[in-house]
Amino acid sequence: MPLLEVNGVTKVFGRLTALNGVDLTVGEGEFHGLIGPNGSGKSTLMKCIAGAEQPTQGTIRFAGQDISSAPPQERARAGLSLKFQITSVLPSLTVYDNVLLALQAQNRISDLILSRTRRPLAHKVMSMLERFRLAERADEPAAALSHGQMQWLEIAMALALQPRLLLLDEPTAGMSLEERRVTGELLTPIKQQCSLIIVEHDLDFIRDFCDVLTVLDQGMVLESGTVDHIQNSRKVQEVYLTRV
Amino acid sequence: MIPILELILLVIFMLLPVVLADYLTVFVTRVLIFALLAISFDLVWGYAGIMSFGQALFFGTAGYTVALLARDLQITSIFIVIPLSIFIGLGLSFLLASFLLLGRYAPTTIFVALGTLTGSYAADRLARGWYYLGGQNGIPSIPSMTAGSYEFTEGPVFYYLAFATLVLVYLLCRFLVRSQFGLALAGMREQESRILFFGYRVQHLKAMVFSLSGAIAGLAGGLYAFHEGFVWPNVLGVVLSTQIVLYALFGGVGTLIGAVIGVIAIETVSFWLADNYQDIWPILLGLLLLLVILFRPSGLISLIVSERERIGRFGRPGESSDHGRQGDNCAAA
Repeated sequence: MPLLEVNGVTKVFGRLTALNGVDLTVGEGEFHGLIGPNGSGKSTLMKCIAGAEQPTQGTIRFAGQDISSAPPQERARAGLSLKFQITSVLPSLTVYDNVLLALQAQNRISDLILSRTRRPLAHKVMSMLERFRLAERADEPAAALSHGQMQWLEIAMALALQPRLLLLDEPTAGMSLEERRVTGELLTPIKQQCSLIIVEHDLDFIRDFCDVLTVLDQGMVLESGTVDHIQNSRKVQEVYLTRV
Repeated sequence: MIPILELILLVIFMLLPVVLADYLTVFVTRVLIFALLAISFDLVWGYAGIMSFGQALFFGTAGYTVALLARDLQITSIFIVIPLSIFIGLGLSFLLASFLLLGRYAPTTIFVALGTLTGSYAADRLARGWYYLGGQNGIPSIPSMTAGSYEFTEGPVFYYLAFATLVLVYLLCRFLVRSQFGLALAGMREQESRILFFGYRVQHLKAMVFSLSGAIAGLAGGLYAFHEGFVWPNVLGVVLSTQIVLYALFGGVGTLIGAVIGVIAIETVSFWLADNYQDIWPILLGLLLLLVILFRPSGLISLIVSERERIGRFGRPGESSDHGRQGDNCAAA
């Protein structure tokens, strides 16, 4: 049974049809890339999966459960974690507290009130920060980080939730070449932990670690398959040559 | 800086009845009771981001309830009326939270503000028109609160009762907002939409804080009714609800101590102005409030406490920080 099944999802905003009958399947441990020209509906699809938007039509099943109308917090508790396209770390809180906030999210309220997990989680927070090269800045406000570091912090927060499916919406947007290279290194080991859907414009960036690519165009699935299949697809080449 | 402020206020308020004339002790007791109310508002707005314009509803309802018990059933025992005040505030605020906060999706700030404001206004109108509650005149001559045969009349003993209550409530809130629960509240205040995607049940957190805040306002209402010896519709209404918001905004929200400072400042300045400028004191007070809100939107506390310290740190154990655990051993006022 696939981990995620998106069946015929349509999303309409007024007169604009952002998604039109999209089907998508992601298996356990699969890294799935979502590509397409600007305005093709990639971010809208991610939002529909995470619960930030409700599909106008269609169903979304996660781990066998229909989550089409579940609110975002219940989807997160079921194991879905989203990193937004626009960085949305909590700027006034320290880098450490940002990660702790994510790590403790599913603790019982009584444990939070009595701060029972403050010490047990400290090691996890620091190892997560070390992994994302942020340990030295743990006590600084998140607002003081560079754009690239904020992106890493947000990926660390999304991963801290120990999701079964991680949704990364353009994790390298606005990064320098060096930061993109490092981000690639940081993302590769995630394969041992969870499945992934990643939205990315740069095909070269995701080529090495995605198992399957889906190309969206004008809110519809244009093509889906292995990286080689997509690279050789005439339909995809036409779209990229004419619209990108 | 915050622990130092807390300690200074603790010492000052501990010694005040020794040096103050009796009528001033009565005045400061009222300030302490209003400080409880201001803390209740700071908890919901400063920490949980809920704009409650109806704190007087919980305050006044608890006050009216214990006043009726004392008047009609002669129940004045502190062991009954104080827990009952807390329970009334808690129950009523939970009921209101069920309508305003516990929907499928998070309500907007303006929806909650108008909802609480309406509750406060409706209760005020109801009390004014209900003969059993004394109508416009309220309930006068409430018997004194008792503990066995002892009567708590206004003066130093009532002062220390209110003071001890304030210290206890302050410490409880301080513990809460500096815990990991406080971190969740900080996340909610900063970016509610983001922490939903972590799995936080934001509405539940809000309902909890709102109910706790209602319980504190109810406690203050019970104390107020017995201290003043009367209650009237204004203790339920929009004017007092707005006054509570001003206390916290004037002192500075999100620190607890800022709300206490706001009450002390506004009440002391009002008292002094009313004594010296009997005709124009409300205008002068209004101007002062405007000046502070315009030029110090973070309140008086921002004059001496940095923004970093006001936001604080929560997580890293075993390390002194500028808010999280610093001063955990310090007493608070």
